[in-house]
Amino acid sequence: MNVARDTWLIFERSMFLTLRNPVWIIVGLLQPFLYLVLFGPLLKSIAESTPGFPPGGAFNIFVPGLLIQIALFGAAFVGFGLISEMRSGVVERMRVTPLSRFAMLFGRALRDVVILDVQALVLIVIAIPFGLRIDLAGLVVALSLLSLIGLTMAPLSYTLALILKSEDALAPLVTTISLPLLLLSGILLPLTLAPDWLQTLARINPLSHAVDAIRALFNGHFGDPSVGFGVALMTVLAILALAVASRTFGRSAA
Amino acid sequence: MTIDPNASSIILTRDLRKTFKGRAGAVEAVKGVDLDVKAGEIFGFLGPNGAGKTTTLRMLATLIPPTSGEATVAGVDLLRDPARVRQQIGYVAQGGGSDPLMTGRGELVIQGRLFGMSRRQAEARATEVLAALELTDAARRTTGTYSGGMRRRLDIGMGMVHKPKLLFLDEPTTGLDPQARANLWDEVRKLREGGTTVFLTTHYLEEADILCDRVAIIDHGTIVAEGTPAELKKAIAGDVITLGIADHERVLTLVRAEPYVREANDGDEDGLVRLYVDEGDRALPQLLRLLDGAGISPQTIALSRPSLDDVFLRKTGRSLRETAA
Repeated sequence: MNVARDTWLIFERSMFLTLRNPVWIIVGLLQPFLYLVLFGPLLKSIAESTPGFPPGGAFNIFVPGLLIQIALFGAAFVGFGLISEMRSGVVERMRVTPLSRFAMLFGRALRDVVILDVQALVLIVIAIPFGLRIDLAGLVVALSLLSLIGLTMAPLSYTLALILKSEDALAPLVTTISLPLLLLSGILLPLTLAPDWLQTLARINPLSHAVDAIRALFNGHFGDPSVGFGVALMTVLAILALAVASRTFGRSAA
Repeated sequence: MTIDPNASSIILTRDLRKTFKGRAGAVEAVKGVDLDVKAGEIFGFLGPNGAGKTTTLRMLATLIPPTSGEATVAGVDLLRDPARVRQQIGYVAQGGGSDPLMTGRGELVIQGRLFGMSRRQAEARATEVLAALELTDAARRTTGTYSGGMRRRLDIGMGMVHKPKLLFLDEPTTGLDPQARANLWDEVRKLREGGTTVFLTTHYLEEADILCDRVAIIDHGTIVAEGTPAELKKAIAGDVITLGIADHERVLTLVRAEPYVREANDGDEDGLVRLYVDEGDRALPQLLRLLDGAGISPQTIALSRPSLDDVFLRKTGRSLRETAA
């Protein structure tokens, strides 16, 4: 029993299966792409004429939000894939092998993270002609932060999938959780424009700190307190989510 | 094959229990099961749906922890060290366990690697298993394109890829056509010849009768009978005469007075009267004379050697054929 080897086996297998059906990777990119092309230009003119819009250019404010959207929605729905694997009996079959329970989870979550990092990179490249300016070192840290969001959301989605065992129950729950997380993170418009009560509410949402951190990173402001806080917060949440999900994988009669 | 009574036990359970706690209160699914499965046999576990059959199997295969009791599986304490049990056993679920997008070969290779083989070892073993199960030609096709029988063979291949001492098969032939079922029985026999103990659940009595060295019947969470199919059939009184007849009460009173009738009862479910007799071929002419003398003429009459279904009927009060549907 070697956790690293087991994790690699599960990663390899799940990546292989994902790439057999790459249409979902493209579908996952479609929505943020449409926001970028069809909504971004509107934001540009608002940014120039709105007092209170943070400095740094409209796309440097907007693209970090879209990246969070990719990470949030991409990872929140991974539980659906697990439910179909439960239905085909693959999960149960693997539970009666020496395979590490943590690897069952972590191998899949790593696949999810790689997919969403690739999607994020594609979106960033598309956004550059629109006027996105990025700091390369900042980009690396920003992608790590996105990975941490993926490592938080994907295990939670797997946990819910293991408990609910049905797409019909999972879909409304995931949507109900992710929509307020999205709206309260200042993804579409910066929360500096929000009234006080909304800002207070948003501070409770961990993703709003991640958005702040990525915006600072894109502008090369490594010393910004939001960066350290965002990374630390998401690290803690990822560890908690992985611990909970790996326990559920070990116990659940899938 | 005759079972060596001194063969070592590969599954030994004492008072194994499982209680599920749900919203409607606790349900005792398995109420104290004692099993002794010997190394090298094909052991059949029979029972209607909901009898505790699958729950027992899932406990033994480490999928659900027992509520109480003791069990040793493949020489390892099941309650203390389920992880080590997993290294010793193979398990094939009723619904199978292959991904429709993976090739048969791909599934066998990863299954081998999950049990610790190197990629090369797993590739070599997959080639062997594919050949043994006559799946070589389909090896590079995705399992979604397989027929039911092929998928079942692949499932068994995944269960045996690491050469386990003990293989669990949950209803292995459910949903297969008779030809595929017969093929699968051959595979199971080959496994036994190779030294693997096979523990299978089924609700097909003829399957238990033809394939299994020993069977146990579970009903309402407890074992109601255990032994070789021949022993079980012998234990219920001799042969069975089945009468299709109108006036049940009168016939029953009449035949119960006869010395050669051990037991007679009224089958509620099929409207037939069953007589259990020691020697059917001698009893039948006497019975016909008796009925004739009383002016009763049966519409149908049949003599049969007892089947496992008769055993089941005697032990549980109902027919497995009907409860299992």
